[in-house]
Amino acid sequence: MPTTDPIEKINKMTTRLQREASKDSLMLNMGPSHPAMHGTIRIMLELDGERILNSEVEVGYLHRGFEKTCENKTYFNLLPYTDRMNYVSPLINNLGYVMTMEKMLGVEVPEKAQYIRVIMSELSRISDHLTCIAAMAMECGAFTILLYKMKAREFIWNVFEQTTGARMTTSYIRIGGVKSDLHPDYEDVLNTAIDETRKVLKDISGLLDKNKIFLNRTRDIAVVTPETAINYGWTGPCLRSTGVYYDLRKSFPYLIYDQMDFDVPLGERGDNFDRYMVRMKEMEQSLRIIEQAMKKIPKSAAQTMANVMEPAEAIKASREKKVEKRIKLSPNLEGSEQDKYQDIFTKNKKIIVPPKEDTYSSIEGLISHFKFFMNEHGIRPPKGEVYFSVEGGNGELGYYIVSDGTDKPYRLHVRAPCFHVMAALEEMIHGHYVADVIPTFGSVNMIGGELDR
Amino acid sequence: MKGNFITTKFNYILGWARKFSLFHYPFVTACCGMEYMSAACAHFDIDRFGAGWTRFSPRQSDMMLVVGTISHKLAPVLRTVYDQMTEPKWVIAFGTCTVSGGIYDNYAVVQGIDRIIPVDVYLPGCPPRPDTVLDALIKLQEKIQSQEQDWRWKKRK
Repeated sequence: MPTTDPIEKINKMTTRLQREASKDSLMLNMGPSHPAMHGTIRIMLELDGERILNSEVEVGYLHRGFEKTCENKTYFNLLPYTDRMNYVSPLINNLGYVMTMEKMLGVEVPEKAQYIRVIMSELSRISDHLTCIAAMAMECGAFTILLYKMKAREFIWNVFEQTTGARMTTSYIRIGGVKSDLHPDYEDVLNTAIDETRKVLKDISGLLDKNKIFLNRTRDIAVVTPETAINYGWTGPCLRSTGVYYDLRKSFPYLIYDQMDFDVPLGERGDNFDRYMVRMKEMEQSLRIIEQAMKKIPKSAAQTMANVMEPAEAIKASREKKVEKRIKLSPNLEGSEQDKYQDIFTKNKKIIVPPKEDTYSSIEGLISHFKFFMNEHGIRPPKGEVYFSVEGGNGELGYYIVSDGTDKPYRLHVRAPCFHVMAALEEMIHGHYVADVIPTFGSVNMIGGELDR
Repeated sequence: MKGNFITTKFNYILGWARKFSLFHYPFVTACCGMEYMSAACAHFDIDRFGAGWTRFSPRQSDMMLVVGTISHKLAPVLRTVYDQMTEPKWVIAFGTCTVSGGIYDNYAVVQGIDRIIPVDVYLPGCPPRPDTVLDALIKLQEKIQSQEQDWRWKKRK
């Protein structure tokens, strides 16, 4: 009689490794509920003593049906799902999707919006690397690193929160621009974030770079040659740690990255330590990019905020006479800043959310609002297919969208960078000790949402 | 009556002790894990409320935080871990995905973990802010304090 108990069922499942392993060796299961497996990976190990003879990595524990769900959502509505893919750097995920759509629609984005996008995606990259190294070091036993890095990340997320209204799942970068302008006081918060991050990076370098325990666990462990890395389709910090110069921001510059002055840090050996080091150096470079972008960003929109009144003031003044000045609305309210739209949104009115001022004050505005959100209307790209990729936290984050001319994608596929990295994990840990699995797995920065989608 | 008085007081003291020494097992899978990390670290510091010890072994933990989406593939694992926890045990459903499936209303995701395990506190948010996490923790502590405690030599009715 077939069993219906799910636990019994899963116990009866055999894996490839269980069938192929020799009877003398010890089988060990790691994960999915294991502190170092991030809750979503299961590694089966065939051991001789502590040495790994063979292994099998099982993914798919966080499969949330992202791609299929997107086929049933309009192009505007599926944006929040992209946030939750690589949830450590959601803004880069937004950017990848949005820029693919812009390529499909043939839209130009104003310069200011491009600068905002660069600042936001570099901040996301820093938070991604911070989290990766924090988790890696914590799993090796260095809990201090986690506390320090999370401190720095909080300051970075303050910048996100101030401008976008959310800490991580922001949906801030929209098709045709960004949701709202930078907060008028963003510079102070951003400067604090940069300073604090610099301090933390210096501390971490001091704690880890020459730390004997850390070096023993990372140096010359899981060495990957450039050939192997390229064969597996690696990109991003993991590929650069093997010494291959490939960064989409340099190779195929998008936004305003070609005007920015930054280096691409490279590793030499392609081991765990190089992957750690490349991430540390990349954060420095990201901070440099942000500082340059802060200096160069066009100031036009910030001035328009000068001639506005606080709501409380306006109510008080309106008791005596009619108030002519504009009332200051929260910058986080969608569409509350019509006069800024020219700076942060494209001129193509059909693909952006109409400003709320129009929606509430004129019948044409109301109609355009409905036309944007109504089923079978809204953003309708031409028939065809398009691929575009940006440099995500883990590497080349590509979106492939097939459009059949309706308001929903016919097919949406994501080229997730860590999927390719994870494919090489079995080869990386082959021949090493069980304890080496943990820093190796930590250094490749597996993100479940992106891996399993 | 005298015996009852002692039992009630002991119940109160046990509740007080239990609510301030919650060793938690974080069943972290997805996005909410980032906010869980924030809540656990210096800025928000869950340790202020006596839940600082993260125990990755189910047998040593009192409270389970189910953080992030639970897919159908992961559901048996969650159930196993819950069954391995020793009594008394409490569960917080952390984030909308665990409360109701959230935005993932599809074939792959369990529509709320209360289909698999009992839940004490539902904590919505996608993801919830660390402040909300602390609020949920205080709610759970209130619940623990007001509960009838179970102990080894307790008289069974």
